[in-house]
Amino acid sequence: MALLQITEPDAAPEPHRRRVAIGIDLGTTNSLVAVVRDGRVNVLPDAAGRPLLPSVVRYAANGEVTVGAEAMKHLAHDPRNTIASVKRFMGRGIRDVPYIENAPYDFVDAPGMLQLRTVAGPKSPVEVSAEILKALRLRAEAALGTEVEMVGAVVTVPAYFDEAQRQATKDAAKLAGLNVLRLLNEPTAAAVAYGLDNASEGIYAVYDLGGGTFDISILRLSRGVFEVLSTGGDSALGGDDFDHRLHCWALDESRMTQLTPEDSRLLLMKSREAKESLSTHALARINAELSGGRRMNVSASQAKFFEITQHLVQKTIGPVKKALRDAGLTAADVQGVVMVGGATRMPHVQRAVAELFGKPPLNNLDPDQVVALGAALQADQLAGNRGKESDDDWLLLDVIPLSLGIETMGGLVEKIVPRNSTIPIAKSQEFTTFKDGQTAMSIHVLQGEREKVADCRSLAQFELRGIPPMVAGAARIRVTFQVDADGLLSVSAREQATGAEAAITVKPSYGLSDAQIARMLQESFANASTDKETRALTEIRVESEQLIDATNAALAQDADLLDHEERETIDRAVALLAGRLDSGDRKLIKEAFDALGAATAGFAARRMDRGVQAALTGHHIRELV
Amino acid sequence: MIDFPAAHFALFGLPRRYRIDAAALDRAYRTLQAEIHPDRHTSADDAGRRLALQASARVNEAYAALQDPAARGEYLLGLQGVASLSETDTSMPMDFLTGQMERREEIEDATARGDHAALEAALAAIGGDARDLEAELAAALDDRHALDEAKTMVRKLRFLDRVRHEITEALIEAEA
Repeated sequence: MALLQITEPDAAPEPHRRRVAIGIDLGTTNSLVAVVRDGRVNVLPDAAGRPLLPSVVRYAANGEVTVGAEAMKHLAHDPRNTIASVKRFMGRGIRDVPYIENAPYDFVDAPGMLQLRTVAGPKSPVEVSAEILKALRLRAEAALGTEVEMVGAVVTVPAYFDEAQRQATKDAAKLAGLNVLRLLNEPTAAAVAYGLDNASEGIYAVYDLGGGTFDISILRLSRGVFEVLSTGGDSALGGDDFDHRLHCWALDESRMTQLTPEDSRLLLMKSREAKESLSTHALARINAELSGGRRMNVSASQAKFFEITQHLVQKTIGPVKKALRDAGLTAADVQGVVMVGGATRMPHVQRAVAELFGKPPLNNLDPDQVVALGAALQADQLAGNRGKESDDDWLLLDVIPLSLGIETMGGLVEKIVPRNSTIPIAKSQEFTTFKDGQTAMSIHVLQGEREKVADCRSLAQFELRGIPPMVAGAARIRVTFQVDADGLLSVSAREQATGAEAAITVKPSYGLSDAQIARMLQESFANASTDKETRALTEIRVESEQLIDATNAALAQDADLLDHEERETIDRAVALLAGRLDSGDRKLIKEAFDALGAATAGFAARRMDRGVQAALTGHHIRELV
Repeated sequence: MIDFPAAHFALFGLPRRYRIDAAALDRAYRTLQAEIHPDRHTSADDAGRRLALQASARVNEAYAALQDPAARGEYLLGLQGVASLSETDTSMPMDFLTGQMERREEIEDATARGDHAALEAALAAIGGDARDLEAELAAALDDRHALDEAKTMVRKLRFLDRVRHEITEALIEAEA
């Protein structure tokens, strides 16, 4: 805008764009984005100042996709097309999800990962998650402006997420146009935020009960090294289950059955509100008007709520004890227990943890934000914004949560990388043929702790061919597992005598194929160009309105600088631009915008002259008046 | 970056022997990872990042092997050309085997009874036996250079580890 804008002299942009990386907590209930700016870490709020983005995505019949609070408004009346808690479905088939029959969606049992049928077509949980991530990316880009270069993101995952769930999360981030610098375990992220904030040293436990997942990690903090000793959890246990339990209890109390999906969703929302209220109140009411004129109106006492959900709290204790055993420690060795996740606000959760560890847990960081803050700190470090030798530098050494192995004779699993191995890691084991003249070997990669193949999760199957015919037991086949710092696996196999090689990067059968990802990416690029066009249109409209306002203000002040003809030209240009503002045609608006700019150029110069003279002779004018 | 084929001990600047300065190992491990970990090489090119991944994995492998008493013994024997766990030679002294059989039965009974205290006690007892064996192994490897004896001790340690692992899993199962 040539007309009137005055630039602050000290706000000159830096010659080099700063490299910035963001931290994203992709949660079951809420998601957040945080960033380090000027050495301070902050969660980025939306335009209305809200830090949390509800992890809800709605698909409308006209193809429009809404995310967050806006989408949440449609939860109760359009449950099939309004997807909440999609994290529970990441990398999962229909049979893997507990209580799936209670979810109000129309599931499609796609091979590998389930899909959700919406008015906009079947959607994979990866695509739904990508919408949430995209909303956070746009939020960050808007907040950071154009002076910085966004180099990538650290995206957090539950520590207990398996290979398929991690891969699905990484795919979603790619789909959202994010360069994933690292998948970071949520409790480890929380430990970074907590440890750096409190300059802690020693053994710490992070107890992270989120909306849909539970993690426990035991860490050793020592001079800037965050070393995860063990981790455990339940990737299908969280605040949602407490809502659901309360919901079922309320149904029993009011002797109701056969709810419509809409009613079911509404009652779940009311149950969640009641649960949250019961953390601080002795009594909460679940009051809702249902379809067909029915009404639910029951009240739950805190004591009742604790009683009916105590078994869920208890379900977290086993994994904690297991993690302690795996770390070779007892509860008494733990100096502090950091509480993470909104569900840890429940008093009976706090009490159970305090009892187990024999000390009150630490709640001094916002349990909703601490993961995102830690992710942002790590992102900042990975973006290279901290000197390698500087004192405030730190290192994360994380582990894999579940053992990796391959199938051997008799449907048994031979473990190759045991759980809680520090990553990155590469491990090899030799296997042999069991038939004379066997020239091929099928390699079946599994994840889990059980001995039988049927009880573990199948990740991939591939074949090593070209083994020279030998007597049974003579071939030496070396299978190498490599797990990278994201906790993602690649497997290769080689016959030692001949070097016949078969290598794969495990894209688990529960994930998406490369072709699927490519298709989704193409679609999202198509959408991205529409997004870009929409944004450009909004921008030119805003600028046009500002130019019209500024012109009118200038006319009101200095109209005497213009002759009649000049004044008419400007008035016509203003009218033209104003008339085209709502045309929806960016090119037309831009034309009129440029025309008004040209029409006012001379006027602006003359006003500038007058401004300078006024400044120089200011005294006189004031004295004269 | 690091000397990939170097012996585990050399990676951490430690002398090649069974008795190990655990604190020095921890320190060296952290210092090394602080340099080579993939998180320190995010802006490197593909080859550089792959190298960081491999170096970091190599150091983790070496650290895990040196931290674990049985694995450390096995590794030292391997460096001297003795394979302690070859499948064709699994001889173990009879008295040790008999003793462990009895122990196993006790453990199975305790597991069936759900007797956590007995399992914890067995775990502690095995821990004590393992420590005694480690001291013997240190003497055999570092002082007497008695490789055959050391080989049997490593096998015994491995055996105890397996039993320990089984008890731990039983306890985990019971606590779940």
